[in-house]
Amino acid sequence: MIYISRRTDAPLKKAVAIKAFAILLSLVVCALVLFVMTRLNPLDIYIAMFKGSLSTQRKFWALLQNTAILLCISLAVTPAFKMKFWNLGAEGQVLIGALVSATFMFYIQDSWPSWLLILVMLVASVAAGLIWAGIPGYFKARFGTNETLFTLMMNYVAIQLVKFCIAVWVPNGSSVMGVLNRQTQCGWIPSLFGQKYLINILIVALLTVLMYIYLKYSKQGYEISVVGESEKTARYIGINVKKVILRTACISGAIGGLAGFLLCAGTGHTVSATLAGGNGFTAVLVSWLAKFNPFGMILTSLLIVFLQKGSGEIAQAFRLSDNISDVTTGIILFFIIGSEFFINYKIHLRRK
Amino acid sequence: MAVPAIELRNITKTFGSVVANDNVSLSVYRGEILALLGENGSGKTTLMNMISGIYHQDSGEIFIDGKEAVINSPKDAFDYKIGMIHQHFKLVDVFTAAENIVLGIRKTLDLAGTKKKIQEICRKYGFEVNPDQKIYDMTVSQKQTVEIVKVLYRGADILILDEPTAVLTPQETDRLFAVLRNMRNDGKAIVIITHKMHEVEALSDRVAVLRKGQFIGTLKTSETDAQEMTNMMVGHQVSLNIERPEPLDPKPRLVVENLTVVDQDGIKKLDNVSFTANSGEILGIAGISGCGQKELLESIAGLQPVESGNIYFIKNDGEREQLIGLEPLKIKELGVALSFVPEDRLGMGLVANMDLVDNMMLRSYTNGKSMFTDRKSPTKLAKQVVDFLEVITPNVFTPVRKLSGGNVQKVLVGREISNAPSVLMTAYATRGLDINSSYTIYDMINMQKDRQVAVLYVGEDLDVLLELCDKVLVLCGGKVSGMVDCRNTDKHTVGALMTRLGGVKA
Ligand SMILES: Nc1ncnc2c1ncn2[C@@H]1O[C@H](COP(=O)(O)OP(=O)(O)O)[C@@H](O)[C@H]1O
Ligand SMILES: [Mg+2]
Repeated sequence: MIYISRRTDAPLKKAVAIKAFAILLSLVVCALVLFVMTRLNPLDIYIAMFKGSLSTQRKFWALLQNTAILLCISLAVTPAFKMKFWNLGAEGQVLIGALVSATFMFYIQDSWPSWLLILVMLVASVAAGLIWAGIPGYFKARFGTNETLFTLMMNYVAIQLVKFCIAVWVPNGSSVMGVLNRQTQCGWIPSLFGQKYLINILIVALLTVLMYIYLKYSKQGYEISVVGESEKTARYIGINVKKVILRTACISGAIGGLAGFLLCAGTGHTVSATLAGGNGFTAVLVSWLAKFNPFGMILTSLLIVFLQKGSGEIAQAFRLSDNISDVTTGIILFFIIGSEFFINYKIHLRRK
Repeated sequence: MAVPAIELRNITKTFGSVVANDNVSLSVYRGEILALLGENGSGKTTLMNMISGIYHQDSGEIFIDGKEAVINSPKDAFDYKIGMIHQHFKLVDVFTAAENIVLGIRKTLDLAGTKKKIQEICRKYGFEVNPDQKIYDMTVSQKQTVEIVKVLYRGADILILDEPTAVLTPQETDRLFAVLRNMRNDGKAIVIITHKMHEVEALSDRVAVLRKGQFIGTLKTSETDAQEMTNMMVGHQVSLNIERPEPLDPKPRLVVENLTVVDQDGIKKLDNVSFTANSGEILGIAGISGCGQKELLESIAGLQPVESGNIYFIKNDGEREQLIGLEPLKIKELGVALSFVPEDRLGMGLVANMDLVDNMMLRSYTNGKSMFTDRKSPTKLAKQVVDFLEVITPNVFTPVRKLSGGNVQKVLVGREISNAPSVLMTAYATRGLDINSSYTIYDMINMQKDRQVAVLYVGEDLDVLLELCDKVLVLCGGKVSGMVDCRNTDKHTVGALMTRLGGVKA
């Protein structure tokens, strides 16, 4: 008979071993699936996958840049999720941040010095994200409104707003916003040491450290944990729960807005309705997988971006359907998430 | 001698490095009530959980009616007709009593037949259950009755009750005991865990004692007394007298005037309550459950909206500060501490998933101007509480959910007292605590007297209330029905005031 019990102690070494084994196993399963479906040598496919993100310097930096953006959005959702405020609106918070940045670039063009424009864009984008999450936060704190639906709906509002602005700004009807300030590069985050994305990456790295310290050592971070674990206790102890909910939602949105700023000012220098590209939802996964630990999130976001890029590459290289990459990504994530079960529970076989 | 209903042989169970049960051998017979005694964390719940299929022993055997039994799940236990009433109820709130009782039994849902059978069981043993009542509408005692009927309905004839009286009022306890005696006379085997010595003496036929996971021995209840049982539990001689030092220079500290509280449903919970609590005195608050003790304490702590009245905190220089309308944190900063031990122990005041240190910090994290938390002093405090109250835990970085119920509570009460308050309010501070820890807590409360603290002590045990407190305020239906001096009053007077017999007129 099979009998499942909770592990009373899961030593770190064992947990790491189980995870590593799960990843290995997922690669084997992926290989099998790929082989059955395509008759290609799985090894070739894996090599192509690595090449997809690591073969050239440019690809390598793009990998880091995408990781930084995903990590930034994951950092955004983390405080909210830790407080059990299910912020599914990161997508919209990022978009609105990017839209505000783009608006400044569009209207100011090069009439301000670049550094001033960048600074104003930064502040305005952060404020926009803050408001975008602050509204559902306020309603949750004040009226107990369900934040899951509310934040989700705010995504669609943001998407429509972006579409509207583009329609107004691009009268030719193509609905595609070109790169803004291409000539002057006014409002573009400058390169550092010749690397276009280095400043983006450094900003997110700094933010990761700050978020770790904030959650672990600050009084506000402690309040977030208490409210998330037990609202009743929080209230009993005298924590102003409404204030904490509102504040944390705002922080979450503000960082989302920052990610939007980085996407617009530091990456594409434009805005589109699909700019966030589902990262607002992927971020939730990144954050959960890392158990809300910002440093763990570096690894999980890197892994996910790596998988996405690699599978895109194999789809191209072997002329497979794009969907094949989703299948492999899915399998690998399934195994990683599934391994949690074996870390937390022990399975015994016993005579009956 | 007869074959025991349950015989445990050399049972050992460990959780990681904690040995919860160490080579325990124990028998329970039909037609007897066995009281299982032991300090908090001595492994009583764990031992019983193995009989009821929640855990499986690392080694040792269980025999049921002389035959070896393999119990791997609650279902297996149920097949052996073993039923356990846990400390925390496992009922579905939105279902009725009858629905909960049949839940999980594979049969067509014949509710009419079920109700008839429930009524039969109730009549046979003397329960009162309304099968159509929803669980969320029930008092704790009613929920417990449903749990008991549930296991009887499933045909249990070995019954295990884990601290069933910890959350009951004395009247409810008496009713439960009458039922249990009926069951014993019906030939059932009953194991009951309780920390209250007078209950052991009143109810049980034999007692079995565990200490630190080890089996110490069994005694016939008629041949022993509270002192001997306590000594066995603790392992050395303890004194069962509560000291009551004379208050030194009592001065008014907290003045409550005409306090009226109305709850959300418009029901008056407190009606024109006035009293004064003095520094250096312990003021007991007595009353049957729901008489307004909780609302009173919560109003003082700023957690309960107040309809009318005044609550004044009187500082050392005689200045009066109105507490009504202040934020809970402000009231705490004035030195008014509240430790309320709820019926589920956790839920108010502690965070189950946080370790001891972080739980200590709940009260102190706002201290200081820095935006960062200081974990040094809470760590020190956690260590002190663990040492002083003998909390059984691997270390102070263990989440409190891993501690046994009584130890959780020591952490909670220890934290409140250590806060050096000038008004200390505690409710049910010893709820579910073993006798040794209870006395440690009484000592701690007595020490507050020397520190000129005004103590408000809400308790259920009238004997303790009268021994420990200087005065007792009796509440009945939200009104003050009397204030008595404990040095020259008796239990019956207070008991009568609790039900307003002979109390002041409304
Ligand atoms: N699920 C568990 N995981 C880890 N330790 C546990 C668990 N359950 C009980 N313990 C430990 O086992 C010991 C005995 O606990 P318990 O049986 O609950 O004591 P009692 O019921 O006598 O108060 C305690 O030290 C407790 O911390
Ligand atoms: Mg117990």
